[in-house]
Amino acid sequence: MSIIAARKQKTTAAQAAAETAAGEAAGESRETVGATGSAQAANDSAQAKAGTRGQVDIANVRKSFGATEVLKGVSLTVQPGGVAVIVGPSGSGKSTLLRTINHLEKVDGGYITIDGELVGYEVRGNKLHELREKDILKQRTNIGMVFQSFNLFPHLTALENVVEAPIVAQKRSKAEARKRGLELLDRVGLKDRADAYPRQLSGGQQQRVAIARALALDPKILLFDEPTSALDPELVNEVLDVIRELAKSGTTLIIVTHEMGFARDVADTVVFMDDGLIIESGSPQEIFANPREERTRSFFSKVIEPAFNI
Amino acid sequence: MSAIAPPATADTAPPTPDYSEYKLVPARHTWRWVGTVLVAAGVAAIAWSLVTNPRWEWGVVAQWFTAQSVVNGLVETLKLTAISGVLGFVLGFILALMRLSASPLLVSVSWTFSWIFRSTPLLVQLLLWYNLGYLYEKISLGIPFTDVRFFEAQTTTLISQFAAAVLGLTLNQAAYSAEIIRGGILSVDQGQLEAASALGIPAWKRSTRIVLPQAMRAILPNAFNEIIGLVKGTSIVYVLAYSELFYTVQVIYNRTQQVLPLLLVATLWYVVITSVLSVFQYYIERHFSKGALRTLPLTPLQKARKFFATHVASSPTKDAR
Repeated sequence: MSIIAARKQKTTAAQAAAETAAGEAAGESRETVGATGSAQAANDSAQAKAGTRGQVDIANVRKSFGATEVLKGVSLTVQPGGVAVIVGPSGSGKSTLLRTINHLEKVDGGYITIDGELVGYEVRGNKLHELREKDILKQRTNIGMVFQSFNLFPHLTALENVVEAPIVAQKRSKAEARKRGLELLDRVGLKDRADAYPRQLSGGQQQRVAIARALALDPKILLFDEPTSALDPELVNEVLDVIRELAKSGTTLIIVTHEMGFARDVADTVVFMDDGLIIESGSPQEIFANPREERTRSFFSKVIEPAFNI
Repeated sequence: MSAIAPPATADTAPPTPDYSEYKLVPARHTWRWVGTVLVAAGVAAIAWSLVTNPRWEWGVVAQWFTAQSVVNGLVETLKLTAISGVLGFVLGFILALMRLSASPLLVSVSWTFSWIFRSTPLLVQLLLWYNLGYLYEKISLGIPFTDVRFFEAQTTTLISQFAAAVLGLTLNQAAYSAEIIRGGILSVDQGQLEAASALGIPAWKRSTRIVLPQAMRAILPNAFNEIIGLVKGTSIVYVLAYSELFYTVQVIYNRTQQVLPLLLVATLWYVVITSVLSVFQYYIERHFSKGALRTLPLTPLQKARKFFATHVASSPTKDAR
């Protein structure tokens, strides 16, 4: 708890700086997700309160790999408790954008804040200095991530996978972490497989363990990088059902997916990306039924079967 | 086969006979039996000659096998193996991490170390360390380029036979184990590190709790190869007249002229050490295969118990079924 208090102090300073910087980056179109007017006001007063934490602001983020510019100035706001689903053709920069949010990829330009606190950097003078590894790791405990290929630790059981980070990174007691771990496994419907190793589980079960593992740190934000792309079709729904349940819980979710039906169901905002830019964003009804941009329309005509009824 | 109905021309086809009461007889493997008998005969012949040929002098072997001087030599061999093995692998681990680091200087120092020690004969290295006093009369620890000395000693007093042996074996071992450990680390999927850092797990814990336990599966078979090699490799230290097992039996047979029986004494001890290490290897590898296999294979002890349970104890019930 003392960690949160300390973070709050730091936040106010960073927030002020971030706002000045945001002013400078004006002119860039800002996309707002899941906006609930009152949330903004409540934001600074009661950040710790559930449901009002986990606002993500992405401001003019750029990223290149070698000569290829993957993100060409992306700005996006996701309100606390919002569910943003990012769709778009492969190679459009969706996954890279997701990975910049927990600083797994360093940005080349722009910045990202979570509840006003800069991710991966701190303000010193008029420069953003990259944080030390220790501070970055602490920030990451606020951001859970679920990977396409699960990335469970194969030498640890399901329960050991879930309790590893709380014990090692957050220094919680083993008994407490175990108790919480079993609760989380129960929540994803796998309490009876707590002692199974990942290789003894189906793909869908592995991904549900990975979700429980991400939840174990009580993150404000959960990032999903194509969570069902590596699954057999009949296993997709068990994972999507867990995510649907999370969407109601008040945790901010940012999901990259190719499951359009799921996106329509769960998202309060759908973001369409192509070629390193956000082409448009809006409610699922707007984006799927009446896309404004030609590129969006042509993408959906390719990925959504004709029979798919919107 | 007989269950499949015959195709279209059914009106003339004879009815399929019913084989359901027939007893199943497994195929005979005649040549497998011939091979087994031949090999068994060969093994028996070798065993017979070992027992009956008086020139093996088994009495002499038995007499020296547990002699005090031989046991002392054995202890020295074990000591050298343990010390250089442990130090070699610790240094090897550091060298492997250096080689994988982002610093070009650390990478090239590590690479050069492995290059030098892998490309020179161990024999030369040992003689060089032992004769270091010829190259550098004194060894001192102080601040470079000044006269400040915290410690200074004659090289010849500092580098005893034991020190030269440990130094030579350790550095040589480190060069090889660095490569083995590096290979093990590289065999772990990058996604593991990524997932661990996304969970906020610190770098050192990522190495020790996530990467190394998985790398161990690739490291262990090679590492045990190295340790077993080192056990016998210590015999090369005889050039420093250091009284380990091999040097000890040499001293004895030079006196008694019973060359072959005494070489046999040393050989048998090396076989014993290697056998014990192999048992350790089996169980350690089994420990680290947790999660890598869907079900762990049975240990020999469990296999024996299962064999006993199914073939001996429960044979009447098997017939009843």
